[in-house]
Amino acid sequence: MKRIILLLVLWGWHLMAAAGLTIEITEGAQGALPIAVVPFGGSSPEDIAGIVANDLKRSGRFRPLPVADMLVKPHQGAEVDFRDWRALKQESLAVGQVSGGPGNYQLRVELFDVFRGQGLGAWQFTAASQRDLRATAHHIADLIYEALTGERGAFGTRIAYITGLRSADGKERVAVQVADADGGHPQTIFSSTEPVLSISWSPDGRRLAYVSFENRKPAIFVQDVYSGAREKVADFPGINGAPAWSPDGRELAVTLSKDGNPDIFVLDVATRNVRAVTRHPAIDTEPSWSPDGRSIVFTSDRGGQPQIYKVSAAGGEPQRVTFEGKYNAKASYSRDGKYLAMVTRDGGDFRIGVLDTASKAFRTVSDGPLDESPSFAPNGSMIIYAARSQGRGVLYAVSADGRTRQRLTLDAGDVREPVWSPFPNR
Amino acid sequence: MLNRTFALAAFAALALALGGCSSMQKTDGTEAPVTDATGAGAGGAGARGGRWSGGALDDPSSPLANRVLYFEYDSAELRPDSRDTVRAHGGYLAGNRGTNVTVEGHADERGSREYNLALGERRAQAVKRYLEAEGVSGGQVSIISYGEERPADPGHDESAWAQNRRAVLVY
Repeated sequence: MKRIILLLVLWGWHLMAAAGLTIEITEGAQGALPIAVVPFGGSSPEDIAGIVANDLKRSGRFRPLPVADMLVKPHQGAEVDFRDWRALKQESLAVGQVSGGPGNYQLRVELFDVFRGQGLGAWQFTAASQRDLRATAHHIADLIYEALTGERGAFGTRIAYITGLRSADGKERVAVQVADADGGHPQTIFSSTEPVLSISWSPDGRRLAYVSFENRKPAIFVQDVYSGAREKVADFPGINGAPAWSPDGRELAVTLSKDGNPDIFVLDVATRNVRAVTRHPAIDTEPSWSPDGRSIVFTSDRGGQPQIYKVSAAGGEPQRVTFEGKYNAKASYSRDGKYLAMVTRDGGDFRIGVLDTASKAFRTVSDGPLDESPSFAPNGSMIIYAARSQGRGVLYAVSADGRTRQRLTLDAGDVREPVWSPFPNR
Repeated sequence: MLNRTFALAAFAALALALGGCSSMQKTDGTEAPVTDATGAGAGGAGARGGRWSGGALDDPSSPLANRVLYFEYDSAELRPDSRDTVRAHGGYLAGNRGTNVTVEGHADERGSREYNLALGERRAQAVKRYLEAEGVSGGQVSIISYGEERPADPGHDESAWAQNRRAVLVY
């Protein structure tokens, strides 16, 4: 009975709305494609076109036309006169309509190439709730993005992150939260007054692994984002840290110091068996799998300072990956495996660096001074990371080409350790 | 979708009704026994919630009153100015076998969090090894790292970081 009650409580708890993130674009895009997303016809509790336009704008690839500049507002293809949009130098046009009402909304969207005067796609959706309408709007942005760039959009994905709010007595209340990729619909998954850190998404986007000190020492927990069901999967003596899901979702690479100092282990989530991947008296931590699951990159100070190393997931002799600078840590791969994002020390500043794994070219994509926790969007288009701005913990999302940057802040308190979810299944 | 929404709402209502049950408190992690031993700042603040055995430990003029040891950036080496403090604690613990201590390791906020968790553990271990060299039994000393998660000074400059790169002895 107790177990059932716990489950029910977690269900309700999962619904707790959290304080939202505010997004502002701090560096605009040059050379972005002009697109007009006309406000949808019909009545809807969400501004569908507004959500779509904001998504496209945040990618850095598009420059949506302000609604105030639109001469006409068609809602379906038959009403479109392309001359209106050529006069405004638009390359693409999206129009749509919402009909029905709560419980049964219907949406219709059409996308056009203004220059050629051709349709590029037409889609229909149904949505039950306001929440569904938001999700549908992100999905529409994904379809438009893919139709125009050839790459899968990541607007329908989510981000998980840690929030911290310090109370008057100096104690910090921390929470694991999950929100839409635009910061919308934030929900608290777990909260504690003991430290919580190091979130990792399961590859199916259903579960989070993280480290919680709720039992007065670090242990690794896995929690279902939808049901709230939660279990402790690693609680060895010493550090139980840095969980990272394997691409097949069956294992977690973790840091354990049970044998005296931190080494990389792989934990079978079902059986809880662990096997060692590294054995070295130095610090080995922050494992991250290659997308093919064959190797693991990790942070080690075996060379005297923290640098990134790579080792076969089966174990063996690690190879050093980074040679630039005196501090490189917490590396993670882009989904195509071509890039590694990491924390890099540049003089006195900590910034986000990106290593091209083929050419070995290294560039920094952030300005510091205290940047950390980079995570690629699943389509590789953006990197989200944590930073300090005017004494507060904030998030930035920067386009992979560095052209656009946006800041995500909480109304009060710090936000940190962002992790971008995988693509939803389609 | 509608059904699911309804089901969730029902669960939410039930959860609200059961809000005070112990299961929730347990999972929430907030109702854990508060033994705040983070040593908020220098100077023996590690006393709260600790077990005091009286005598020398209570004497504010004793070297044992000093419970915080500071470290250089990315280093776990005991500084010369810390060694007298550790020796004093080592002598006390070696003479009081029934007394246990927890060494907490901490790091400043710069760089990545899990590396800092490992660095905090390395600092705590360095103190433990020094105590053992002074004749303290390994069983008397536990260690835990909080990494950068429990700063003594919440600031973001060198003076705050210097306060945060520390090990704290909690009796």
